[in-house]
Amino acid sequence: MASLDIQGVTKSFGTTKVLHGIDLAIHDGEMVVIVGASGCGKSTLLRIVAGLETATSGAVLIDKVDVTPLEPADRDIAMVFQTYALYPHMSVFDNMAYGLKIRRLPKAEIAARVKEAADLLSIGQLLERKPRQLSGGQRQRVAMGRAIVRHPKLFLFDEPLSNLDAKLRVQMRAEIRRLQKRLRVTSLFVTHDQVEAMTLGDRLVVMHEGRAAQIGTPMEVWARPADTYVASFIGSPAMNFLPATLTEGGHAARLAGGALWRFTDGARPGREGAAITIGIRPEHLMPDAAEGLPVTLELAEPLGSETVLHAHLADGTPITARVPGAAAADTLSLAPDLAALHVFDAATGKRIDPA
Amino acid sequence: MSATIDVQRLAAASRRRRARERVMTHAALILGVMIFALPIWITLIGSTHDTDTIGRGDVPLLPGSEAFNNYARAWSEGGGGRNTFSVPASTMLLNSLTMALIIAGGKIAISLLSAFAVVFFAFPFRMFFFWMIFITLMLPVEVRIIPTFQVMTDLALINTMTGLTLPLIASATATLLFRQFFLTIPDEYVEAAKVDGAGPMRFFKDVVLPLSVTSMAALFVIQFIYGWNQYLWPLLMVSDRDLETVIVGLTKMIGIGDAQNEWNLIMTTAVFALLPPVLVVVLMQRWFIKGLTETEK
Repeated sequence: MASLDIQGVTKSFGTTKVLHGIDLAIHDGEMVVIVGASGCGKSTLLRIVAGLETATSGAVLIDKVDVTPLEPADRDIAMVFQTYALYPHMSVFDNMAYGLKIRRLPKAEIAARVKEAADLLSIGQLLERKPRQLSGGQRQRVAMGRAIVRHPKLFLFDEPLSNLDAKLRVQMRAEIRRLQKRLRVTSLFVTHDQVEAMTLGDRLVVMHEGRAAQIGTPMEVWARPADTYVASFIGSPAMNFLPATLTEGGHAARLAGGALWRFTDGARPGREGAAITIGIRPEHLMPDAAEGLPVTLELAEPLGSETVLHAHLADGTPITARVPGAAAADTLSLAPDLAALHVFDAATGKRIDPA
Repeated sequence: MSATIDVQRLAAASRRRRARERVMTHAALILGVMIFALPIWITLIGSTHDTDTIGRGDVPLLPGSEAFNNYARAWSEGGGGRNTFSVPASTMLLNSLTMALIIAGGKIAISLLSAFAVVFFAFPFRMFFFWMIFITLMLPVEVRIIPTFQVMTDLALINTMTGLTLPLIASATATLLFRQFFLTIPDEYVEAAKVDGAGPMRFFKDVVLPLSVTSMAALFVIQFIYGWNQYLWPLLMVSDRDLETVIVGLTKMIGIGDAQNEWNLIMTTAVFALLPPVLVVVLMQRWFIKGLTETEK
């Protein structure tokens, strides 16, 4: 168990800069999820922490010790790979024991550790099998087991759930979280799935084009996204963005269609007429015949407990709403929960908070 | 009603057509087998007659009665009894076997290591070295035979097993095949091994070698037969008859002086020469096909 500090890490491949200086401090026993679209540099960052890739500049500290010049094996970390990377010719036992054998642990100690991990993951009856005789979920457990037996300072997960089917993914997600809480091992988890990120992490790092767009707890990131990228990435269906301008005094937003939405949490700084983007999550739009925005409905997706409505405004701006129950198909007017508005600078995409 | 009649008639027609096709297919296959098998049959039969039967110019197609004598003589004394030379087939077979095993084993060992270096390590001029190896594919033994012979003479390796095998061990084909196989080994195995703390040679021994077993078996079959069938190089290298290989020895049994060729013993020795490669192929066929067609996942 240990803390992890990433200090000003950058990475360039040739002339292409993929990481623009990442700073991150992870406390002992914390689970941090790095989430972002593919190509945002999240896997590169993980591999730099693992030592499989060298940073162009910056440092990685495990337990306050600079491990930047060390080989992966000397960093006392364990990694779970996307394709599990179980050695196909070795039995489950040998796969889990391999790292320990190389470290020349006594046989009895190895057997005890493997048994302990196997019991923890309930794969005790599979120890003699080869990886190809296992199902996807079982392989996933073995890959976890291989990490656990090492008793490392740090767990690194590189999209370990992306090869599983949807149902198993949900199940393994909960299991990983339970296990991590129980073992209290500091963990770094990379995923492109925002639901995984929200449910697994003590904190999230939302990465965008080689930068950490926002670092915070899942609820912070969801409730106060730092910019329009984070706002659209976290939450499903994605947040709606409506072009608007600031009214005098910054008390309200005038939508492109003419409607006036008042800020309930205070005035925003900025001159009158400044271009802003209003963000509103689909679940914060209600059907309201009297005061709502008139919309043209394109598609209604009934999900049982709720219905997702896809529509567009008079000027063509698409808008999505999530309304409880089976909404009437003739919903033609949507009103926002004004307390749940997000205001962003139209030019930079940065969040504007009340002054 | 009429539809039922049609069905029966059509079914009968297609039955006839299938029968006809079966006959044709088998006829073609039998013809093919005969073309391929006849020379071997003649050799086998020839090895069971006495010298004079074949010497008369007959080509017998039915077994004779001299099989035991012929095989016993060829094994312990060798053919060409009326010639000045005569090497027992047992000696030649042992020489051929040793040579083929050393060549096959050596090729596999060297190619595994060079392919391992080319695929898993980043070093300066890596691709240059790979292409250097690859280009030697284009140079057959015959092209470099004079300089190679000179080198062997300078190293005093003429008439030695080392001289016989060493120049044939380097193999671009095998290196290329292992390289292609190694490229299919996922990077994540390498990374997992790094995290596990396995050094390069440990990774080679514990992961790469076990995964390469089927490829190695396939290559062994190819290279064993390649080594076994070597003719020109042993002919050049070896004058000491104790080092004679069976393929070269076989041709030396034919047409020496005015003496009559002992065709029965030549045939017998040919059968001996045939057996080891056939055995290797038969015994390793399953591995051979597996090694060339699939990769263990």
